[in-house]
Amino acid sequence: MTRKQKRFSIIAGLGLVIALAAILIFTALSDKITFFYSPSELQEDPIAVGQAFRLGGLVQEDSWVKEDEYNIFYITDNALAVKVIYKQILPDLFREGQGVIAEGSLDAEGVFIATNVLAKHDENYIPKEVVDTLKERGEWKEDEQGDKY
Amino acid sequence: MLIELGHFALILAFVIAIIQAVLGLIYWRSDVRIANFVRSAAIWQFILISFSFMSVVYAFVVSDFSLSLAYQHSYSLQPLIYKITAVWGNHEGSILLWVLILVLFSAAVAVFGRDLPTQLRTLVLAVQGILGAAFMGFSIFTSNPFARLDPAPFEGTDLNPILQDIGLAIHPPLLYLGYVGFSVCFSFAIAALISGKIDAAWARWVRPWTVVSWVFLTLGNAMGSYWAYYELGWGGWWFWDPVENSSFMPWLVGTALMHSAIVMEKRNALKIWTIFLAIMTFSLSLLGAFLVRSGILTSVHTFASDPTRGLVLLALLGVSIGAAFTIFAIRAPSLRAGGLFAPISREGALVLNNLFLATATAAILVGTLYPLILDALMGARISVGAPFFDLTFGVLMVPLLIVLPFGAFLGWKRADLIAVTQRLAGAAGLALLVAIVIFMLTGAEIRLAPLGVFLGFWVAFGSMADLIYRSKFGKIALGESLKRLFGLSKSIWSTALAHFGVGVTVIGIVIVSAWESENITTMKVGESVDLAGYSIKFTVADERPGPNYTISHFEFDVLAKNGKVRHVVSEKRVYMASSMPTTEAGILTYGFSQLYVAVGDADEEGVQVVRIWYKPYILLIWIGTLFMAGAGFLSLSDRKARVGVPKQAKAKRAKAKVSKTSKAKTNKGSA
Repeated sequence: MTRKQKRFSIIAGLGLVIALAAILIFTALSDKITFFYSPSELQEDPIAVGQAFRLGGLVQEDSWVKEDEYNIFYITDNALAVKVIYKQILPDLFREGQGVIAEGSLDAEGVFIATNVLAKHDENYIPKEVVDTLKERGEWKEDEQGDKY
Repeated sequence: MLIELGHFALILAFVIAIIQAVLGLIYWRSDVRIANFVRSAAIWQFILISFSFMSVVYAFVVSDFSLSLAYQHSYSLQPLIYKITAVWGNHEGSILLWVLILVLFSAAVAVFGRDLPTQLRTLVLAVQGILGAAFMGFSIFTSNPFARLDPAPFEGTDLNPILQDIGLAIHPPLLYLGYVGFSVCFSFAIAALISGKIDAAWARWVRPWTVVSWVFLTLGNAMGSYWAYYELGWGGWWFWDPVENSSFMPWLVGTALMHSAIVMEKRNALKIWTIFLAIMTFSLSLLGAFLVRSGILTSVHTFASDPTRGLVLLALLGVSIGAAFTIFAIRAPSLRAGGLFAPISREGALVLNNLFLATATAAILVGTLYPLILDALMGARISVGAPFFDLTFGVLMVPLLIVLPFGAFLGWKRADLIAVTQRLAGAAGLALLVAIVIFMLTGAEIRLAPLGVFLGFWVAFGSMADLIYRSKFGKIALGESLKRLFGLSKSIWSTALAHFGVGVTVIGIVIVSAWESENITTMKVGESVDLAGYSIKFTVADERPGPNYTISHFEFDVLAKNGKVRHVVSEKRVYMASSMPTTEAGILTYGFSQLYVAVGDADEEGVQVVRIWYKPYILLIWIGTLFMAGAGFLSLSDRKARVGVPKQAKAKRAKAKVSKTSKAKTNKGSA
């Protein structure tokens, strides 16, 4: 091989790997992302049973019950509420009236089966997505949580 | 008063940093007095910032709540160690720690860089001055840790309980030493671009700084992972959380930089690429700082962050990265490209290493930023989680791990792949054997796990094979081989150990991901539950007082297969000042495996939710990183790698030559 051919073959090889990696990244991106829904958005734009997504809102007051190792509660955006079942230990900061994001999917009865409930390090923290949807729906009270989110 | 002096010291350091940067950039070429001034300015900044930092620490230690920061993040009953660590367990304090470490590294360049060419050193320190001034300015104008309260509150509001752990004493300082250490590489890169002198010697000077930073970043990330694992009570050790990603990306690119700098030093090739990586590594560190501190992320790490500071940080990030890449774009084409080399060679293998590390970083960068960009452009709220990262990162690591053991065996310039394959056949066979045995013992339902186990053992055995081959085991007498083994150079040992660590970590990750088991159940005192051959009996549940929290205390007796009973305590704490609960998981270690017990809520009748994991070989993940970090330290202790030493050695050699020739002359004369 001449110097030129050698250079070409190296660059072509590297280019091929980078192209394959790019294809991998972008197919994975369209395939593996999860969307965020509030209960009202779920009503407007229903999601297929079993399709994974993130459900966010506030934990409805007086809705949290425990049945054996199952936690059952409602996530609300103060307009609509969705029933959530979670068979795991809830984060320490899980409380009624607080912002929460649950990961999981709907079952045939429209109950959200959570695989993960996200906890935050800060007790005053409300997930940004939740704040945004509450603001959009006019359900956000500015003084409620101060400026700390 | 001390606080005000500390505040003044910070402002003074800020002014000195500006002068250092301006004078350094203008007069780097000509003036020796400026060079000396820049050096002492760097050292003085370190002294001033140390004083400034200590004044804040002192206020925390004596619980001086007139300092607003201490009021917000400390509490008089907090144990001393957490009073000290609380200093950086918040935004303002952590920026001050960042500044402290930045000036520490500048001072280190000033002190240890005695033998660097004066112009290079002055330029490096000037760029460090710009970075220092930027972060000191950020601290003074937007995140001032010295704000006072009048009247002083009687009691503080407590450090976030989840941070009241020894992890906070170790993880952030290590991580920052890594993050900020790469600023030196960045400054070296900019200095090289400005002066236009980019050669093998430059790579030799940059390499120790790269290795130091990389070692700290390795330890910082590993410590963070272990901390999250035992403190959060979720049993996970890596979440692909955006903040974790933003400390993992500099690590990956830093790893690539460490390897490409070797090529540049030995073969004078990959020059432009190495400079690019040096800029990129610190840029990703800055991006990490921005993502964590700006509050634009939904992350488990964003404790009390402030979005308005985000804009300032974004500007800082944009200006420094933009300026760096502008200089790069202007100067890079004028650099003479290094020589070509055969694809089958040590250089070729290192290029592959860089290729896969860089694309893996790109994958993580895309996954981390995509939700932010989509939100900003279309208002769509999505998240990119573990499935995306597992797939892309996993796929990109496979070829890297396959090629890794070949790298150390291949010679520079050109090498014989067939001969090298023969030398590695033993390691491959052994790894295959281990994978098959594990496959047979555990059953075939887990398809990818045996491949992962094979890769891990392949890397571990393959790195050891290099040592065995070089010391000629089996070819010469055993004693002679051992002598050779311990006589091998530190660079060969550190390469082998670091790569061995990679293999160990991979083995740990694969085994714990594939074979961990968990059980979530409800238990009453006296009941038992079985998991992975262990029988866990719930023995005690009561309430106890702690120093600044109350404890719900639970005890379990764990009966192992060998009939031995061990005792484990799991707690839930409620902190008085914030009435915030935390979980202290109970962890029992069996060899490299762990049994992890976390307790959830109780119902009215005292029935307790208990979550138990069996984590087989999980400790290997962190033991592997210790091998990597240890290998880094070993390579630093190598005389050849020390800053400035090459020049000194050359000078000595030259002197020796002179004395030899003069001796020869006298000999001749006497003859």
